[in-house]
Amino acid sequence: MSRTIFRCERGLGPAIEAVALVSPYTFSPRYDLDRENGIISRAGHPCYGESIADKILICPGVQGGIAGGWAFLMMRGRGVGFAGLVFGEVNPVMVQGAVAAGIPLMAGVEPEIFDVVQSGQRIRIDPHKLTVEIAETLTS
Amino acid sequence: MFLNDEEKRIRDGAFGEAPRLALEEQLAVGDFFGATRFVLVSNVHLMGDYEVMGATGTAYLRKIVDSGGRVRVPSTRNAACIEYDFAERLRQSPELVTHEREVRSLLGRLGVATVDTCINYQSVYTPRVNEHVAWGDTGTVAYANSVLGARTNYESGPAAIGAALTGRTPEYGFHLGEHRRANVRCVVEAKLDDVADYGALGAIAGERARGYWNVPAFELRAGNPGPDDLKHLGASLASFGSLAMYHVLGATPEAPDWERANGGRELLDEFVVTREDIEAVYARGTPPDPYIDLVVFTAPQLSLVEMQRLAELFGTRHIHEGSTVLITTNGMMRDAAQRSGVLDPLIATGAIVLQGVCWYIMDPARMRKQFGWTRVCTNSAKLFNIIKAHGYEPVLRRTAECVETAIAGRLP
Repeated sequence: MSRTIFRCERGLGPAIEAVALVSPYTFSPRYDLDRENGIISRAGHPCYGESIADKILICPGVQGGIAGGWAFLMMRGRGVGFAGLVFGEVNPVMVQGAVAAGIPLMAGVEPEIFDVVQSGQRIRIDPHKLTVEIAETLTS
Repeated sequence: MFLNDEEKRIRDGAFGEAPRLALEEQLAVGDFFGATRFVLVSNVHLMGDYEVMGATGTAYLRKIVDSGGRVRVPSTRNAACIEYDFAERLRQSPELVTHEREVRSLLGRLGVATVDTCINYQSVYTPRVNEHVAWGDTGTVAYANSVLGARTNYESGPAAIGAALTGRTPEYGFHLGEHRRANVRCVVEAKLDDVADYGALGAIAGERARGYWNVPAFELRAGNPGPDDLKHLGASLASFGSLAMYHVLGATPEAPDWERANGGRELLDEFVVTREDIEAVYARGTPPDPYIDLVVFTAPQLSLVEMQRLAELFGTRHIHEGSTVLITTNGMMRDAAQRSGVLDPLIATGAIVLQGVCWYIMDPARMRKQFGWTRVCTNSAKLFNIIKAHGYEPVLRRTAECVETAIAGRLP
């Protein structure tokens, strides 16, 4: 039976439950997103065209720079932003941006998560327990 | 985190609501990264324009200003998204112009100098070795840490405003010596002759050593990098790899040699960059035909020296009738170019010289649709990396080749 709970090294913000959006790519709000509409807009991205609204992003790392600090706040205000963020490696911009936007963020997630969790599954993240848990297994 | 008496007073609201809330956010970030205390900063440089902030970011800023928030240390703004003198000619959105005027006004009320530059280190404030600052814009961070020996993390817009309000930032990452040591060694056999060569090197090393916490050290077998070369190297490393610091052995202050740059840190990677590797970066953007719509010199903004070189390369020639040339710099450099007789000859070529902006944040996707631009040639590896997201086909070339492309309307 596949694992259903994965550990993280660090976290902040409240525990939440939402649908996962799993990306194998490093993440950049400026390079990857239509920030006006909360859509993955990077040509060739495996999640191209998908909405990020109210989802928990799971990805291995981050790239690019400072724009992310405003992006999470801007998208939350437009009602098209992430519910939460789960990274492998993280830089300060993502953490600062998550704090300003008031969304939970976790980092240092076990890499096995990318073999198990799929986009569309409901997951529960708990930054205090440092866990990511599958709340609902996909049936199709 | 340990709080001294002043920080406790900030937390308790003795200096107002804005710094109190800022400190709360800083504590959350500091706790996340394991900081044990704050460090005072002498200067803040922040990214804050409507293109990145949107309505919610502007409301966040307005709330701070309306509550009486005021910077505690000298603070400056990064390059902006609107060039007021050219907004109509470049068909920038009137709504964006209006919103940007409000952001500019709010920042002024906060006490931020809207110098609108991403080369603050070349024109406004040059911190010394070991000086703690809180800078946004990745290129400025890379330059501060690497070339000047100052100490800063990436401080995104809200975080930099927080640092300006409290006069401090959590002590983690590149404020600490242990994170500044090189863990990647790169021997550069290629001779580097142009800012674009250094940008290409940044692309190679950034992709290979990607990750904020990695620090490459470059051993140049040939080449004598100047400030503009190092600025393009850092901007490219940040863009391709999210890197915030590098060393050039024998050239940057914390790297007289490999042993001292490394300081015993575990080596993550070691590799050689050849001339062929550099040429391969240029080859990535080689289009199927040579025609170019647009030549852009930007990202980072140009120094006076870079504009002097462009003026020399153009001479008295004019850009091709069907081509557009954009050059971005800041107001101080533009004034210096004017006074030194560099600006007028550049403008006489037909080039558009913009101040206070960086092109990639000026809504280039809208310009592409408005003007029918598709293919852009640039000497900036950072722009080469970013602009694909806005629907362009970018071509990276050395500065002299960009100039010849502008004159001929096609690649040499």
